[in-house]
Amino acid sequence: MRHIISVLLENEPGALSRVVGLFSARGYNIESLTVAPTEDPSLSRMTIVSIGSEDVVEQITKHLNRLVDVVKLIDLSDGPHIERELMLIKVRAVGKEREEMKRMTDIFRGRVIDVTDKSYTIELTGDAAKLDAFIEAVDKSAILETVRTGTSGVGRGERILKA
Amino acid sequence: MNANNSAELLNPAKQNDVSGPEMIGAEILVHALHAEGVEFVWGYPGGSVLYIYDEIFKQNKFEHILVRHEQAAVHAADGYARATGNVGVALVTSGPGVTNAVTGIATAYMDSIPMVIITGNVPTHAIGEDAFQECDTVGITRPIVKHNFLVKDVKDLALTLKKAFHIAKTGRPGPVVVDIPKDVSFQKAPFHYPSDLMMRSYNPVSKGHSGQIRKAVSLLLEAERPYIYTGGGVILSDAAAELKAFAELLGYPVTNTLMGLGGFPGTHPNFVGMLGMHGTYEANMSMQHCDVLIAIGARFDDRVIGNPKHFASNPRKIIHIDIDPSVISKRVKVDVPIVGNLKEVLVEMTALIQSSPARKNQAKVDAWWSQINEWRKKDCLKYDRDSEIVKPQYVVEKIWELTKGDAFICSDVGQHQMWAAQFYKFDKPRRWINSGGLGTMGVGLPYAMGIKKKFPDSEVVTITGEGSIQMCIQELSTCLQYDTPVKVVSLNNRYLGMVRQWQELTYDKRYSHSYMDSLPDFVKLAEAFGHVGMRIEKKSDVEPALREAFKLKDRTVFMDFQTDPGENVWPMVQAGKGITEMLLGSEDL
Repeated sequence: MRHIISVLLENEPGALSRVVGLFSARGYNIESLTVAPTEDPSLSRMTIVSIGSEDVVEQITKHLNRLVDVVKLIDLSDGPHIERELMLIKVRAVGKEREEMKRMTDIFRGRVIDVTDKSYTIELTGDAAKLDAFIEAVDKSAILETVRTGTSGVGRGERILKA
Repeated sequence: MNANNSAELLNPAKQNDVSGPEMIGAEILVHALHAEGVEFVWGYPGGSVLYIYDEIFKQNKFEHILVRHEQAAVHAADGYARATGNVGVALVTSGPGVTNAVTGIATAYMDSIPMVIITGNVPTHAIGEDAFQECDTVGITRPIVKHNFLVKDVKDLALTLKKAFHIAKTGRPGPVVVDIPKDVSFQKAPFHYPSDLMMRSYNPVSKGHSGQIRKAVSLLLEAERPYIYTGGGVILSDAAAELKAFAELLGYPVTNTLMGLGGFPGTHPNFVGMLGMHGTYEANMSMQHCDVLIAIGARFDDRVIGNPKHFASNPRKIIHIDIDPSVISKRVKVDVPIVGNLKEVLVEMTALIQSSPARKNQAKVDAWWSQINEWRKKDCLKYDRDSEIVKPQYVVEKIWELTKGDAFICSDVGQHQMWAAQFYKFDKPRRWINSGGLGTMGVGLPYAMGIKKKFPDSEVVTITGEGSIQMCIQELSTCLQYDTPVKVVSLNNRYLGMVRQWQELTYDKRYSHSYMDSLPDFVKLAEAFGHVGMRIEKKSDVEPALREAFKLKDRTVFMDFQTDPGENVWPMVQAGKGITEMLLGSEDL
């Protein structure tokens, strides 16, 4: 089962490595991880996507909570939530491909943000599955570079994670 | 932005805070240790901590003990912490000082011992430049500490030290490393040490959930085959008296883990012995066949429940009390989890039981006791008492007799550790000092010297083997310099006994590198260190030798007992087996 764990932690040197170290030391899996400071610069917000059984995810959240730098966390996948990921994907765009790539970008509601006579760089936002779908949809050999931020998420409505 | 800012917002200056004039970092450290009431610091100087040592030279509120190897500094402070419940403090220099301390830190971490380890580091401007005696201290120690800090600004030093002590001793205790670069130790800042501390990211619970406690009590009162299983948590939370009251009120059987020994009196009629890999037959059988199990400050680890699938094959209701939620349902699914301080939870449960209507399960519990007494008849700790060769079990029994069960017994790791655990009956907590989680050979002597420093009038005995003792034997020198006369009981079987035992049982008697040839003459070695050495070769000499050694109150005595090289620890549950799949002796092979 895929879980999205949102963590508020002290914005201190070493805090990130404590989280990452915990996952490697205990053999937990990280699909993606994003982190940046919040409106309160002393706090960082981290989103971790992990795949594991309920038991494993329970242990992951307990061990994260045990870290002294962790202020609070929730498992977003426990309730309604929104998730987004940003992808910058550079594709070959020559001849007929230019039109095709542009059309595909429009279908996925992406934007071409850099153009050369041989390539497009496309910006695409959505949940991870949508970005996967785009990669599936375009000709593999046309992909020059893929850069993904990893998933960020937030609870719907009144579900709020705040210190 | 430094998060200490947020801590400052949460912690305005208070009346009982200790304040002082501007001073250098090293002096701030020494003042902070004074404010924490530190009595002893075990350490080893080096380039990065010389300002700190200079300040230590100028003070006399705590005593510094110069060990012979940094590993022993951490072990000694750890032993002091285990015996007192206070935070143990060690001080080491950068680089190799830190890496030598790592084994000690990991040992304390695995057994949740409150410690603060101060490490020097190269100056902040040199960090990351592969400077002389530089290592990434916070990186190396991160997985083996409760928390660690690198102090980059002298203005943060006092508050960081306060946090370190606070974190080390609250909640589930553990070691905290504070890494102080050399320039921080000589830069100046005003001294302000808060009397208490709030941290938004760290608020360990203490009170258990009352609904869960009620549920647990009703399960306990209806149990037919109840069992109380307690671990090191009872010792750490000083809950032994509360546990005794709770268990006596119920009249239920009690077992202890290796770390939990002394948490319940070893001579109490309700005590069925230690459980686990080398636990008693009755303790393991009860664990498997009980219908309501209450685990108190224990963690169902592999040495205790053996194969978790086998353990789960008998259905039972499990109540689990621990201060650390991550321990609960880690290896075994639990029915009633209670997160809280054991002492508080036990008091609450005991009161609830007292006010409950009379139990109706007494007949069933009596039948359960009869079953347990049947199991006891196996006499699983029997050994050959007539042997003229010195039996290690006999030595431990004699130590128990002669010290009236009241000594601090510091064990190393191996067969002798198990014999000490099985044959010395601990009636009090904090008397059994050993490395249960990490299983660190070499802890015994430093543990003893750490404890003897605090309890000069108590008998402090290291039970060790010729393998373990050689891992920190250099500390015999520290024992002389700092006047910590301990008694070293080496059960010398010329083998790495536990390895040999596994090789005998599982590797078809291929004794690969478990025999030690060319052992030193330990008597001469002890004498070379300025101590008394004895070699004991016959059973009839065991008691007189021990009596003589205990008479030499102000001398460290090294007793080299030439024990039976073929002796094994029984019972034994081999790795991967269920806890009732026990070998009770060589006849079961």
